Amino acid sequence: MSEAIVRLRNVDKRYVRGKQSVEVLQGLSLDIAKGDFVALMGPSGSGKTTLLNLIGGLDKPSSGEITVAGQRLDQLSSGGLAHWRANHVGFVFQFYNLMPMLSAQRNVELPLLLTHLSAAQRKANALAALTLVGISDRARHKPNELSGGQAQRVAIARALVADPTLLVCDEPTGDLDRKSADDVLHLLQMLNREHGKSIVMVTHDPKAAEFASHRLYMDKGALLEAAAA
Amino acid sequence: MKYFPLVWATLWRKKTRTIFTLLSVVIAFLLFGVLETVDYAFAHPSSGVTGADKLLTMNKYSITLSLPFSDVQEIRSVPGVAEATWITWFGAYYQDPKNFVFALPIDTDTYFNLHKDEFVVTAPQMQAFRNTRSGALVNSALMQKFGWKIGTRLPLHSTIWTQKSDGSLDWKFDIVGTFAVKDATQASAQASTVLFHHEMFEEGRSFGKGTVGWIEERVSDPAQAAEIARRIDALFANSPNETKTQPANDFALTFIKQFGDVGFVLRAILGAVFFTLLFLTGNTMMQSVRERIPELAVLKTLGFGAGQVLGLVLAESLLLCLIAALLGLALSYAALPIIKQGLQGVELSPLALVPGLGVAVLLALIVGTPPAMRAMRLNIVDALADKR
Repeated sequence: MSEAIVRLRNVDKRYVRGKQSVEVLQGLSLDIAKGDFVALMGPSGSGKTTLLNLIGGLDKPSSGEITVAGQRLDQLSSGGLAHWRANHVGFVFQFYNLMPMLSAQRNVELPLLLTHLSAAQRKANALAALTLVGISDRARHKPNELSGGQAQRVAIARALVADPTLLVCDEPTGDLDRKSADDVLHLLQMLNREHGKSIVMVTHDPKAAEFASHRLYMDKGALLEAAAA
Repeated sequence: MKYFPLVWATLWRKKTRTIFTLLSVVIAFLLFGVLETVDYAFAHPSSGVTGADKLLTMNKYSITLSLPFSDVQEIRSVPGVAEATWITWFGAYYQDPKNFVFALPIDTDTYFNLHKDEFVVTAPQMQAFRNTRSGALVNSALMQKFGWKIGTRLPLHSTIWTQKSDGSLDWKFDIVGTFAVKDATQASAQASTVLFHHEMFEEGRSFGKGTVGWIEERVSDPAQAAEIARRIDALFANSPNETKTQPANDFALTFIKQFGDVGFVLRAILGAVFFTLLFLTGNTMMQSVRERIPELAVLKTLGFGAGQVLGLVLAESLLLCLIAALLGLALSYAALPIIKQGLQGVELSPLALVPGLGVAVLLALIVGTPPAMRAMRLNIVDALADKR
C-alpha cells in the first residue's frame, strides 16, 4: 500500500446532548492511501458524516489519533485546524453551500482570500478552476441562476481552487438527477485519476460508489468491511 | 480591502431590509446633524468679543432681569463706546400666541444711529414715525404676512407688560411705515420685527419704570471691543445689577438659552433616538446573522478563522452605519440654511457634523459586536447539520 494520506487510530467520538452521551464512533482505525478515491457507505446514523468531519478537520475526536496529510489533527487548536483546512482540504456538500449573493467566480475565489494572492491572481485561479470543471461560461452567474449540476461544479471548483491534497465530499450527488450526478462523479473521477487528488466521499448511492476505487461500509460507528472497485 | 466585495455583497443580501435599516439610520443621523449643529452653536458662540463692532450688555444672571436706565449714561462714559441705545423685551403676539411678533420699544435717535446703514426706511415714513407717539415701523415681510397696510391700527398682546391705564396686556399701535434690512443674511432674523417708541412704552407700562432690558453699544474700534466689554462690566461689578457684555451677534443664542438648558434638551432627544436605533439596528444585525449561520459555517469550513468571521460581521455593521451616517449628515448639511431660517440669528457651523462619524463607528461596534461574537463562536458541525 502506498503512503497513507489519512490515518486514524482508535478514534472515539461521543456527543453530549443534554444529560445524554451518544457514542458515534468507537475505536475506529483506518488508513486511506494518497491518491485514493474512497466511497464511505452505510445507513443513516452509522457515523459516516462524523468520520468525514474528523478527516476534514471540522471536528475533533473524543479520543484517538487522526493524522491527515502528515498533520496530527487531534492535537491542533481551533485556529490551527482552520489554518490547516485552508491549506490542505477542499469540501463539497450535498446542497452546494454557495454564497447566494456572490457570482460563481467570487464563490470560487473565497478560499483564495486567505492567501496572499493579488486580486488579479485570485480571479485567474478562480477562472482556471471553473474551466477545469467545465463551467467557465457561467462565471458571472449567481447560484440561483445555475442548475443543480452547475452549482455543484462551482462548489467543486471552490474546493479545488486552493489546490488541496484531499477532497472530502458529503453526498455530492444527493441533490442531483442521474445525469447531473454522473457528470459530477465523472468530474471527481477525473480529478482523482488525472490530477492525483485524494477523495473521500460519503454516499448512499451504490451507483455513485461505483466511481470510487475503494468502498468502505460503516454501521453503528464502526467499519464493517472494505471492498476494492 | 480584499474582503470588501464579500462584505458589500453580504450587506445587500436582503435588499429591502437593508434599505429600510439604512433609511432609519439615515434619519437618525439627519436628526443628529440638525440637533448637533444647533447644540454646537450654543456651545461655541461667535469667534469672541475682539473684532465685534457692536456689544450688548445685559444682566449677568438672566436676560429676564432688567437693568436700571441710569446704566445707559454710565456706559456712554466708557472710553471707546461711540453710541449706546436701550431696548426691552416686549413679548408680543398678534391675535393668536402662534403669531409671534418680535416687538421692540426703541429710542429712535440712538437706535437708528447705532444701526446706521442697516435699515432701509423712506424719509417720509421715518418722519411719520418720529411724529407719531403710537407709531410703529414694521418689517415689510411681516406686513405682507398679515396683510397689514400703512395706517392699520395694530393690536399687539404683550405676555409681560400690563398698561398703567387699565391693567390690560393689549397694546395698540399705528403702522406708519415699513422697513427692510440691507444685509440679506439678516433678513430672516428681522422678519418678525416691529419697532415702536420707548417713550410710549415707558409711560404706558404699569411696572418696571426706569428700567431697560438690555443696552446695545457700538464701539469706535472693534480691535478694542474686548477691553471695552471688560470696562463696562467692571463699572457694575459688585452692584445689585452686575452685567455681562458680549458681542451683539451672540444675542440670539443668549436669548434662546434663557428658556433652559438647550444643550441638555437636545442631547436628551438624541439619546432617545440613538437608544431606539440601537435596538432597531441591533435586531436587524442579529436577524441577518441568524439567517446566514450556514453561510458563516461554510466560511469557517473553508478556513476562515474565528477572528476573520468576527471581523467580517463587524465590517458589515460598520459599513451600514457609516454609509447611513454619511448620507444623514450630508442631508443635515444641506438643511443648514433651512434651520438657520428657523433659528433666526443663530450661526450654524458644519464642523458640528464631524463627531457624527465617531458616533457612527460607536453605533456600529455596539450593534455589531453581539452578532459578530455569535458568528465567531459558531460550531461548524452544528451549524452545517441542517444544511449540508
